[in-house]
Amino acid sequence: MKKLKYILFTFYFLLFTFTLIAQQQRFPKPEFESGYEQPDTVTPEPRALALEYFDVLVLILVLSLATWFALKTRSRQGVLWLSVFTLIYFGFYRNGCICSIGAIQNVTLSFADPTYAISLTALLFFILPLAFTLFFGRTFCAGACPLGAIQDLVIIKPISLPKWLNKTLGLIPYLYISLAVLFAATGTDFIICRYDPFVGIFRMDAKFLMVVLGVSFLLMGMFVARPYCRFFCPYSVLLSWMSRFSKWHLTITPAACIQCKLCTNSCPFDAIDFPTNEKEVVKSGLGTKRFLAYAVLIPIWVAAGVFVGERSHTFLSKANPDVFLAELLISNPEIKNDPDNLDVQTFLASGKTMETLVQEAEVIRGKFYVGSMIAGGFMGLVIGMTLLNTVVFRKRQDYVPHKGNCLSCARCMDYCPVEK
Amino acid sequence: MENNSKSKNRREFIQSGVRLSLALALGGVGGLALSKVIEDDWVWQIDPFECTQCGRCATDCVMSPSAVKCVHAYDLCGYCDLCGGYLKPDANALSTAAENQLCPTAAIERKFIEEPYFEYHIIEDLCIGCAKCVKGCTSFGNGSLHLQIIHDICLNCNECSIARVCPSDAIKRVPASEAYKVKGDFTNNPES
Ligand code: SF4
Ligand code: SF4
Ligand code: SF4
Ligand code: SF4
Repeated sequence: MKKLKYILFTFYFLLFTFTLIAQQQRFPKPEFESGYEQPDTVTPEPRALALEYFDVLVLILVLSLATWFALKTRSRQGVLWLSVFTLIYFGFYRNGCICSIGAIQNVTLSFADPTYAISLTALLFFILPLAFTLFFGRTFCAGACPLGAIQDLVIIKPISLPKWLNKTLGLIPYLYISLAVLFAATGTDFIICRYDPFVGIFRMDAKFLMVVLGVSFLLMGMFVARPYCRFFCPYSVLLSWMSRFSKWHLTITPAACIQCKLCTNSCPFDAIDFPTNEKEVVKSGLGTKRFLAYAVLIPIWVAAGVFVGERSHTFLSKANPDVFLAELLISNPEIKNDPDNLDVQTFLASGKTMETLVQEAEVIRGKFYVGSMIAGGFMGLVIGMTLLNTVVFRKRQDYVPHKGNCLSCARCMDYCPVEK
Repeated sequence: MENNSKSKNRREFIQSGVRLSLALALGGVGGLALSKVIEDDWVWQIDPFECTQCGRCATDCVMSPSAVKCVHAYDLCGYCDLCGGYLKPDANALSTAAENQLCPTAAIERKFIEEPYFEYHIIEDLCIGCAKCVKGCTSFGNGSLHLQIIHDICLNCNECSIARVCPSDAIKRVPASEAYKVKGDFTNNPES
């Protein structure tokens, strides 16, 4: 009996002391007698803030120079060397990050997430190129974007794509930016950064698939000039809006066009508009009727877009890890016994209840519901407007760059025989 | 001709109108965002108290090997002979032979200090951030070994690709002026 008491006592004593220590440290730090000096934990500082501001300065300089070369000195050489610099600095030295294209998501997130405040650098990288473009055209694309630069330098023998294909593929950037904004606003993912095809090349290190993607873009880019810029880049949507209404866009000819047609094939991006042939317009019977019909169709396109968005919101929301996990646990409860599913096991061990998870997932899905409908409606509007644009004829007497699509690369100027 | 210049004038008028609205929109977006802007920059960091040592830090960083490394908060270390982060739990003989070491890359250096204490030091170049030692140290020791994103290696991706897959949401944006959450300097242990 006495013995049992003794054992119990020791047991409790041990238990007690153990919990006490566990609250501090299981094994207290020893007191050294040999004069041992404890090393420091090494924590190298991140890149200095001053350097980030320096990047902004470089951006402003490059933008100004690109504008100067494209509009003032009209020098392709200048633009070319500038893109080499951009490729080296923003591409290989800065590893393609920070970038204006990705900054779309930071701006979106700063509006959608009250706990996230955008950094000044990211905001400036988003705003500055757009502001420049509003006045001078897309000179950012000509010389200041590393993604554009790497594609520009591999153009060997650009082929011209049929107009309908150009227009159809040109819708992809609208879809891309809608999805990117949707995913950023719901705090799901930054898809622009994740699927940036060239960042792996800039870093010289990436997952195999991304390297394949980047290399295939470059290979394709030898013949279809700047495929990412024209058919994917989400930032190009905003840039092209700005550029269409730019005040001083570059011109092919320094004085007056003499219709020599020498520049017609000079643009690798099919961005030169030819003079309109009025006879043909009259003959094709396009006109007010067609215009009205397409205009009436726009609300229908928008409605269809909203419908498609509404239908696809469940699917889209599965990209969110919380929604995905909640769905998985509801539809497939046995998964709880799968020791290899890290996400499920971590969730179970975290002590978070199923209700909280489902609630959180529902909030996110609600955001997707609204967001997908807006994105869908926007896409409908874009499709409707694109169609409408095909029947609008602006009178053109000369060969002029299409302000929205022109990347201000300055190639066409070398072909114009007109002297100043 | 007269007609022509009229329509040209009209077009120019519309153009500058739209340009003005675009400028205003741009200014509006910029201004709104500016009202919340921070001077500091964001970097990514692991909260060691939330990390569950799942191992994804080693596999999901865009860098290979990962920018996540084990750091040692020496203040918390017990300098144990039988280190739970250094030796495999089932190590049969007390020997520091390679087959008994927990770290797959032998990145932990063990140094005798004085009887019976040993210092453990992480060789950063070898560490791949697999969290095996962290798990051992947290389960059997003081938890002085833990993971941190090392900022002279990290590229500071716009969105950290590990943060996206971290099952415990342990990786968050932190201001660059407080770029580390080294245990000891920083405590938010819910139990303490
Ligand atoms: S279109 Fe996009 S990727 Fe291409 S140069 Fe412009 S911003 Fe860069
Ligand atoms: S992914 Fe998260 S939980 Fe896993 S080791 Fe890294 S920080 Fe820890
Ligand atoms: S066990 Fe893993 S985390 Fe720990 S030092 Fe070795 S490689 Fe680094
Ligand atoms: S921010 Fe990028 S480089 Fe840094 S730890 Fe995360 S994935 Fe790795």
